[in-house]
Amino acid sequence: MEVRDANAAMLSNYEVYQLLTDLKEKRKEMVKNKHSTGQQNLNTIMYETLKYLSKTPCAHQNPDTVKEFLTAMLPHKLTKAEKLQLFNHRPQTAVEIQLMVEESEERLTEEQIDELIQKVTDVLPGDPQKAGDVSADPEMETDQ
Amino acid sequence: MFVLVEMVDTVRIPPWSFHRQLNDAIAEELNKKLANKVVYNVGLCICLYDITKLEDSYIFPGDGASHTKVHFRYVVFHPFLDEILVGKIKGCSAEGVHVSLGFFDDIIIPPESLQQPTKFDEAEQVWMWEYETDEGAHDLYMDQGEEIRFRVVDEVFIDTSPSGPSAKKEGPSAAATAPPAGAEDSAQQKEAPYTLIGSVSEPGLGLLSWWNS
Repeated sequence: MEVRDANAAMLSNYEVYQLLTDLKEKRKEMVKNKHSTGQQNLNTIMYETLKYLSKTPCAHQNPDTVKEFLTAMLPHKLTKAEKLQLFNHRPQTAVEIQLMVEESEERLTEEQIDELIQKVTDVLPGDPQKAGDVSADPEMETDQ
Repeated sequence: MFVLVEMVDTVRIPPWSFHRQLNDAIAEELNKKLANKVVYNVGLCICLYDITKLEDSYIFPGDGASHTKVHFRYVVFHPFLDEILVGKIKGCSAEGVHVSLGFFDDIIIPPESLQQPTKFDEAEQVWMWEYETDEGAHDLYMDQGEEIRFRVVDEVFIDTSPSGPSAKKEGPSAAATAPPAGAEDSAQQKEAPYTLIGSVSEPGLGLLSWWNS
């Protein structure tokens, strides 16, 4: 076996999540044929990876999210690795942004960091269960 | 976290699988060979992404199976340096904090990369961060099962291919922490082929509960 290119492309968690869910669907249909015992490794890794990824923000994303996010990130001049991390983690605080963006103190002002957090929260879908806790929502005040 | 790796390999399809579509049979063979396995200096292979090229299949004398050279791309877990990851604490030991991602278990955060000052509580076998504020010192425990955010600072690949019958062998040069391999093969079996070294010594890193106000 030969490795031609060990780093041909970087994949976002969302792309891997999609790939694994599609593969799981295909394999469910194929279960009608005799189940090959040699596929235990594949089953294990698929199950564990899906379990891990379903708890990350990528489980709520869709293909349009990717396009919107990349367009929204254009004016900030971030490297591919930084954009990937923001996409995978959906940071909510300035501390997290500083971890993911190198030399953020020199490259981004406080307002730009807040703008980034705002864009990330708007463009990337969050956990629908936690969305109800957002206190800044003006609609909540009508309940009082 | 995940990368696409282009590889080339010759896949053997036994005659009883000739009735299947070649692409499906090859995909199954490749997954059987690589899924959940570590390739040296590449990473932990997850699953097949796609097949880019199939060359002609040959049947060799003495073997009824067909051999096909396949160019394909595989999804591999290989975080880049300085990447931020979130995992669960598997346990603590004197060597540091062991973190797991579910599908990948061999992540260690050595004591010098923990938030300073941190002490090891021998009684409970847990690391705790002695966090001092104006109000006083808080002991923040790194308990098992807690989610932890860490940065990848190093990776160690160990070649775990079986060694020959010779008893004495020098320790692998890649692993600085591995003890020199003595005559026991059992010591080699415990070495993980792929280990990640993490760090939580920056603001924002560590247990998620520490930073969520």
